[in-house]
Amino acid sequence: MHIVVCIKQVPDSAQIRVHPVTNTIMRQGVPTIINPYDLFALEEALRLKDRFGATVTVLTMGPPTAAESLRKALTFGADRAVLLTDRYFAGSDTLATSYALSMALLKVAEEFGKPEIIFTGKQTIDGDTAQVGPGIAKRLDYNQLTYIARIVETDTDAGTIKVERRAEGGLQVLESKLPVLITMLEASNEMRRGSIENALIAARAEVVTWNAAAVGIEDLTKCGLRGSPTIVKKVFAPTARTDKAEIVEVDGKVDAKAAALVEAIFAKAPAVEQDLLEHAAHHYV
Amino acid sequence: MGEFNKPFDAIVVGAGPSGNACAYMMAKEGLNVLQIERGEYAGSKNVQGAILYADALEKIIPEFRDEAPLERHVIEQRMWMMDDKSHSGMHYRSDDFNEEKPNRYTILRAQFDKWFSSKVKEAGALVLYETTVTELVKDLSGKVIGVRTDRQGSPIMANVVILAEGVNGLVGQRSGLRNEVSPDSVALAVKEMHFLPRETIEARFNLSGNEGVVIEAMGTITKGMTGTGFLYTNEESISVGIGCIVSDFAETNVTPNELLEAFKNHPSIKPLLADSECKEYAAHLIPEGGYKAIPQLTGAGWIVVGDAGQFVNAVHREGSNLAMTTGRIAAETVVSLTRKREEMTAANLAEYEKRLGQSFVMKDLKKYKGIPELLHKNKGNFFGTYPKLISSAMQTWFRVDGIDKISKEKAIFRNFRETRTLWGMMGDAFKMVRAWR
Repeated sequence: MHIVVCIKQVPDSAQIRVHPVTNTIMRQGVPTIINPYDLFALEEALRLKDRFGATVTVLTMGPPTAAESLRKALTFGADRAVLLTDRYFAGSDTLATSYALSMALLKVAEEFGKPEIIFTGKQTIDGDTAQVGPGIAKRLDYNQLTYIARIVETDTDAGTIKVERRAEGGLQVLESKLPVLITMLEASNEMRRGSIENALIAARAEVVTWNAAAVGIEDLTKCGLRGSPTIVKKVFAPTARTDKAEIVEVDGKVDAKAAALVEAIFAKAPAVEQDLLEHAAHHYV
Repeated sequence: MGEFNKPFDAIVVGAGPSGNACAYMMAKEGLNVLQIERGEYAGSKNVQGAILYADALEKIIPEFRDEAPLERHVIEQRMWMMDDKSHSGMHYRSDDFNEEKPNRYTILRAQFDKWFSSKVKEAGALVLYETTVTELVKDLSGKVIGVRTDRQGSPIMANVVILAEGVNGLVGQRSGLRNEVSPDSVALAVKEMHFLPRETIEARFNLSGNEGVVIEAMGTITKGMTGTGFLYTNEESISVGIGCIVSDFAETNVTPNELLEAFKNHPSIKPLLADSECKEYAAHLIPEGGYKAIPQLTGAGWIVVGDAGQFVNAVHREGSNLAMTTGRIAAETVVSLTRKREEMTAANLAEYEKRLGQSFVMKDLKKYKGIPELLHKNKGNFFGTYPKLISSAMQTWFRVDGIDKISKEKAIFRNFRETRTLWGMMGDAFKMVRAWR
C-alpha cells in the first residue's frame, strides 16, 4: 500500500507578532512548524504503515525552507519526502494550490506508485479554509472523507476503508472504496516519537525536489497569484478588547461570595438587574 | 541497518556556540560528525545577553559578517556603579569601533545559533534536533564509546564524544565524569527583550545606523548579592537583565523576578525602556566560578567544551568567545589525532588541555582565579557599601549648596572612614589588586 500525506509548513501562530508601528505581520524570526492538523494525518498514515507495511510519502508545496518540515516528518517515520517548490507558486490560493499539488500527486503516482490513500489535516492554521484537501480529491477523482475522527477498519483485499466522521448533529460511519482522500480531525490520535534510527535516516535523507516543469505543469497561469481568484485585500490586527476581567475578592462563606459576585455584576450592568427584577415580578404576581 | 553500527569519528552533544564551533571545525576537516541537540532547532533553548565577540568566530568562519544575523556593533561601553537612586558611570565611546570589521556585536541567540547550525550542516555534519543525550556508553575499560538518547533504539557509537552540553553538565554528571555544579559557582540570570522602534533606540542612545551601546551595572541593584545587571541595544529591541549567584538567592530569598522589576524601574534605567513592549523573557545559569571551578576536561573518549567546562570570564563578561575557542581547540585536537590514526585515549586527549593552556582562555581565567571568591566573600562591601559610598561622595561633590570644598572633602572622607574602616578599605583594595594581577 502506498500512502501520501500532504503537509504544510506554517508559521507558529502562537508566536506571530504584529509590528506595533506598521501594523503588519512580522514573519521574521517566527518559528515554522508542521501544520498541527497535518500531524494527525501523518500519525494515522504511520499506523497504517505499522499494520500493513505501507510506504508513506510526505508531500508539501512551499518555499525551499519547507524542506525542514519534510525532514521532521521523516523523523517520525515517513519513508520519503517530496518538496514541490517554484517561484511560480508564490501567492497561490486554495484553487491554485490544489491544482499544483494534484499535478505533483500524479507525478508521485508515476514515480513511486499510485497512492491508495491521500491524507491531509482537516485544514491549516494559517488559512483555515479546509479547501485544499477536497480540491485535490475532486481534481484526482478520488472519493473524499473529510473531518475523520477515526479509521475503523481497512480491508486491503476488498480495497475498502471504514471511518467515523464527525458531522453536525452526530457521528457518521462511512465506508468507501479505495483510493480515497481523507482529511483528519484534531485529537484523533497522538503523534509518536520517532526512533533514533528514524532521526538518523531523516538527517541523512535527500528530499525529492520538483519544480512546476518537473511535475508537468505547462500552463503557468493556473499557478501562484495568476491562478488565484482569491485576493487578500487587507491584513490588520484586531484591536484588543478594552474591558478586562475583574476579580471579586470576598472572604467568608459561599453565600457571601455569591452575594458579593451578584452585587458586582449588577453594579457593572444595571440592565441585568432590571431584567431579573422584571422577570421575578412576572413570576411571583 | 549495518551503517548505524559504524562509529562516527565524533559525536558532539549540544548545539550552542562551543558545540557548533567544534562540530563545524571537525566536519570542515572531513571528519564524520554527528551533533545532537535537545532543542527543536539550534538556539531554541539557548540564552545569553547576548554579545558576540568577533575574534573567536572569525577564527572559525572568517566571512561570518556577510551572513550571520547580527544586531548592532558596539561602539560604546558604559560601566555603572548604582545605588537606589543614582548611578556613577564610566563611559567609553570611540569612533574607532566603527571599523570595517567591528570587534563586538549584539546578537539574538535564537537567530544566530540557527545560522551557525546551518553552517555546521553545510560543512557536512549530521545534526539531530529534538533529541536528548541521556548518558554516555562506556566499554569495559571505562572508555567512552558512544551515547544513548531519549529516543528508542540502539546507542550511537563514536571514537570520541565532545560534551558541549552547557552549564549544568547533566550528561557528564550522570555518566560519573564530574560533580554537580555547586550553587556558589553559578549565577542565575534573568532577562527580558523589550521591543522599541529602531529610530527610538537610536535617538535614546545617541546612535546611528547599526551602532550599539552596552551597559554593565553593579551596586545595590543586586540587594547585597554577588551579581550584575546589563542592558544591551539590539536592532529593534533592548535586552535588559540581571543575575546573581544562586546560593545568594537561596540565602536572601529574593526572587530573580523582583530583582529584574526593581532594576527596570530604577530611575537610571526606566527612561531607557519607556514605551517599550516586553516581547520575550528568559532565564539561564551562568558559570561564574572561574578557574577554580573548572571540572576534569578530558578522559578516555571524551572532552568537555564551553559552559560545561565553566569557561566564563566573569570579570570581563566574556563567555561565548571562550565557548567557541574551546570548541575550536577541541576540534583541532580531535582532527589531528584522527589524521594520525591515534586512539582517543585520556593521554592523547590531554593534548586539548595543553593547547588550552597556551590560549587566552586559560591565561585569562588563571589571571582572575581569585576574583570570584573575593567578590563573593565580601559581597556586602562590593555590592552594597562601596556603591553607596561612591554615590554619596559624588552627590556631596556635585551639589552646590554654599558649603566650601574643603569641608566637602572632609565630609566625604569621614563618611568613607565611618562606614568602612581605613584598614578595611585598604585591605579590600589590596586584595582586589592581588586578585587582579
